[in-house]
Amino acid sequence: MALKLADYKTEVHNDWCPGCGDFGIVNALQMALAEMGIERDKATIFSGIGCSGKTSHFINTYGIHTLHGRVLTFAQGGKLANPEMTVVAVGGDGDGLGIGAGHFVAAGRRNIDMTYIIFDNGVYGLTKGQASPTLRLGEKTKSLPSPNTNYNVNPIGLAVASGFTFVARGYSYDVRHLKDLIIKAVRHKGLSFLDVLQPCPTYNDINTRDWYAGIDLAQESMERHSRIYKLEDTHFDPMVHYDDETEVNEKLSQALIKSLEWGNKIPIGVFYQNEIISPYSTRLTDKIPNYLENPPAKQRISENGLPITDVSEILDSLRV
Amino acid sequence: MGSIDFTWLIGGPQGSGVDSGANIFSKVCAEMGYRIFGKREFYSNIKGEHSYFVVRVSDEEIHSNVNDVTLMASFDAETIFRHFNEVPKDGGIIYDSDLDKTTTDEVLTLDNYFKARLHKELESKNKPFTIAGVLEIAKEKGVHLYPVSFREILSNLAEKTENPKLKGLSRLFNVLAVSLSLGLIKMPLDPLLQSINSIFSKKPQIAEINKQAANFAYDYAKSKFGNFPYALTGTTKQPDTILVQGHFGTSIGKMVSGCRFQSYYPITPASDESVYLESHELLEIQNDRPGSTIVIQTEDEISAMGMMIGAALTGTRSSTSTSGPGFALMAESLGWAGINEVPIVITLYQRSGPSTGLPTRHGQDDLLFAVYAGHGDFPKIVYASGDIEESFYDTGRCFNYADVYQIPVIHMMDKFLSSSVVTCKRFDPQKISIDRGLLLDKVDGEYKRFAFTEDGISPRSRLGLDDGVFWNTGDESDEFGHITEDPQVRIQMMDKRMSRLDLVTKRVPDDEQVVSFGVHDYTVISWGSTKGPILDAISILKKEGINIGFIQIKLIHPFPSDYVKSILKNAKTIIDIEANHSGQLGKIFKQNVLREIDYFILKYTGRGMTSTEIYDSLKKIVENKANKREVLSHGA
Repeated sequence: MALKLADYKTEVHNDWCPGCGDFGIVNALQMALAEMGIERDKATIFSGIGCSGKTSHFINTYGIHTLHGRVLTFAQGGKLANPEMTVVAVGGDGDGLGIGAGHFVAAGRRNIDMTYIIFDNGVYGLTKGQASPTLRLGEKTKSLPSPNTNYNVNPIGLAVASGFTFVARGYSYDVRHLKDLIIKAVRHKGLSFLDVLQPCPTYNDINTRDWYAGIDLAQESMERHSRIYKLEDTHFDPMVHYDDETEVNEKLSQALIKSLEWGNKIPIGVFYQNEIISPYSTRLTDKIPNYLENPPAKQRISENGLPITDVSEILDSLRV
Repeated sequence: MGSIDFTWLIGGPQGSGVDSGANIFSKVCAEMGYRIFGKREFYSNIKGEHSYFVVRVSDEEIHSNVNDVTLMASFDAETIFRHFNEVPKDGGIIYDSDLDKTTTDEVLTLDNYFKARLHKELESKNKPFTIAGVLEIAKEKGVHLYPVSFREILSNLAEKTENPKLKGLSRLFNVLAVSLSLGLIKMPLDPLLQSINSIFSKKPQIAEINKQAANFAYDYAKSKFGNFPYALTGTTKQPDTILVQGHFGTSIGKMVSGCRFQSYYPITPASDESVYLESHELLEIQNDRPGSTIVIQTEDEISAMGMMIGAALTGTRSSTSTSGPGFALMAESLGWAGINEVPIVITLYQRSGPSTGLPTRHGQDDLLFAVYAGHGDFPKIVYASGDIEESFYDTGRCFNYADVYQIPVIHMMDKFLSSSVVTCKRFDPQKISIDRGLLLDKVDGEYKRFAFTEDGISPRSRLGLDDGVFWNTGDESDEFGHITEDPQVRIQMMDKRMSRLDLVTKRVPDDEQVVSFGVHDYTVISWGSTKGPILDAISILKKEGINIGFIQIKLIHPFPSDYVKSILKNAKTIIDIEANHSGQLGKIFKQNVLREIDYFILKYTGRGMTSTEIYDSLKKIVENKANKREVLSHGA
């Protein structure tokens, strides 16, 4: 039976603020799952803590709402033990780039075949609007007592530097584009990262929906000037085409430079994609040939309540 | 004890082969039928600091080390300075005669605290601050001295084998020291050569050189060394004996129990287990394709914990192995596993705290921490093993508890266990059972992960199971696993989870909770690795006509209060023995059994207890000469 979009929605009451950018992301995610036809019981959404953390409760697949900053650790463990499962991890920018930054970097190094989506809004919403890692130095969102004293993290740059092999940015008010990005990210063989710009209507009064839409710029020039533009509409080619140091370095640095663009022109789309770097499962099958056919979650460990693992060779070697 | 009760010590700078020397010696003794109890002591250092290995050898069952060293094999000065006092009358010291004039100041790794104490002793006995000085003290005590020039042996060997490279090869000192020892105690030569073969099986050339050196030194000791009152010529071999290192019980136990995912962050003394699991990651499965353990070295212990939980949610038996500092980082996720009823096993190899503490030394410092780890009220099991053999079977139990009660289990181990090398009965995998509890293979109809049931345990789906979709959250949740803040559901959910503690004490068999070695007027309570030295101490006392009881508490949380109370009803004096400062089990005991501890025997130097120390303290207690707190301090 083909699954419809509605099948991916739960009846859980959604208590996000009216106008929250998170709605667009959860919709895009549900649409992507439906379009890919992934069975509900073959996908798990892992989420962090904060408003975005509730995402897993709104999606009718396996949903694991974890701890602040730790979503990638739970998600990687789940995927490693059951590699057949589609795994998407979601969380806020404070979750992933503040408290969880160490896990972000380490996950990049592993390149496990799953997707990580950051709901990037520059504030800690659920604790009433403190500055989060992507808020720029000197910016003062409305509940800050004084302007932000920290430089911002560049999520795209950090992902590229950490070894993520698919790095993209979406915008939560361009749901169709975001849905397409999610599909590309999930289909990518390796760890994919999506930085989703997501206005927080309650606490971030700087990077608002109107600001992204360039309403302020429009007033100056009397025409519409969305700040957001799509990389695919330019000549930007994010793909590493062959295994060559110059090629890889060029694509990496181009992604980094592109990620620094901000202000009146903000790129979305795929910044970097490298399918040459081996996903973690390949690194495992190199030493455990049947890992994918017989992963931890599928292994038989007992028969009639007794163990079937044969350790006699080890015990023989210890015999005196 | 039997006719042979012999303790051998080898010491040297870290990285000089003390360990492999001790391995060769232990293997030879074990091959000759003796029981072995060995332990390794080392600094938090890679190269240069003093490490040593004591191996106790007996023809009867032994479970501990003793204070006295019968024969010390040294090839450096520091070992002599630090340990000469441990060798009693009639014992022996093999030492490098080229070191005679070495002063304490020339040994840069001798710290000032130790030096000050040693100088005081030497001054009081009017001896120079040199090797010759300390050896004079030993000699006056009646210790046999066996001087030998290691340099000379090597040059003779080089000449004899026409291999000039051997001349300055100080890497051979350890094999020389072992072989000199074995020659002196008249152990046959063959097992020594075989043992070298097996230890260097992958490096035949090195094995050859070592064998030449061994042969030469062995003959040297036989022909040149004078008499020694001890001869170990072999005894009846016990059937089905294995020689195991500290972590083998839990690591092989994990393989057998079906643990297929282990995440960890490097930490002493726990990581050996994970490294061993990874080096045996491919598993042979009866009548099936090969299995495997996925071992992941994570970026920190928080990640190790998160990954383990993620893997456990797929229905995989999952675990981690850590020590105190790492466990401290795991506390938050432990609560997550608690509220979501995730079966996980944390193998906690304790060391001395607080903070980094004595990072490579022993301690049973983390019992209260394990019991209370995590914020909020949630159920968990804290289970303690007393020796390596036991830890194999206990590992199986821990996974069953985790699965059956859907609860995190903390398996208490420690550095004393992890750095022991002992002979024991071959592990029997068929004595481990596997009970996955209410883990589902298929789901019919509407599924609720946290469905209310009579005993509070709900059928458990796993990520990826057909029709088994569920949710988890660290928030309070309803039966589906969705967030709720409803006060009535909160009561039901808290009660559902916490009722498990009573289930555990009710359903886990008594002999898995507490092991009683007899109860008398004086009865010892203890937990974990103190078991061995306690057993040996009370068996000596028994031979002297003094009966001391001992109950080993294995299930520490939930505490089997009623059972412990009933076992101890005839005990008049309770003695708590633990390797920590505050008598942590004593606190738990008092809180649950509502009874005072009469005496504490405690040790927190970071060195394991010897049976000698426990014997001495118990005797003082029986003779009414003891303090309420007897604090032990033996060991360099």
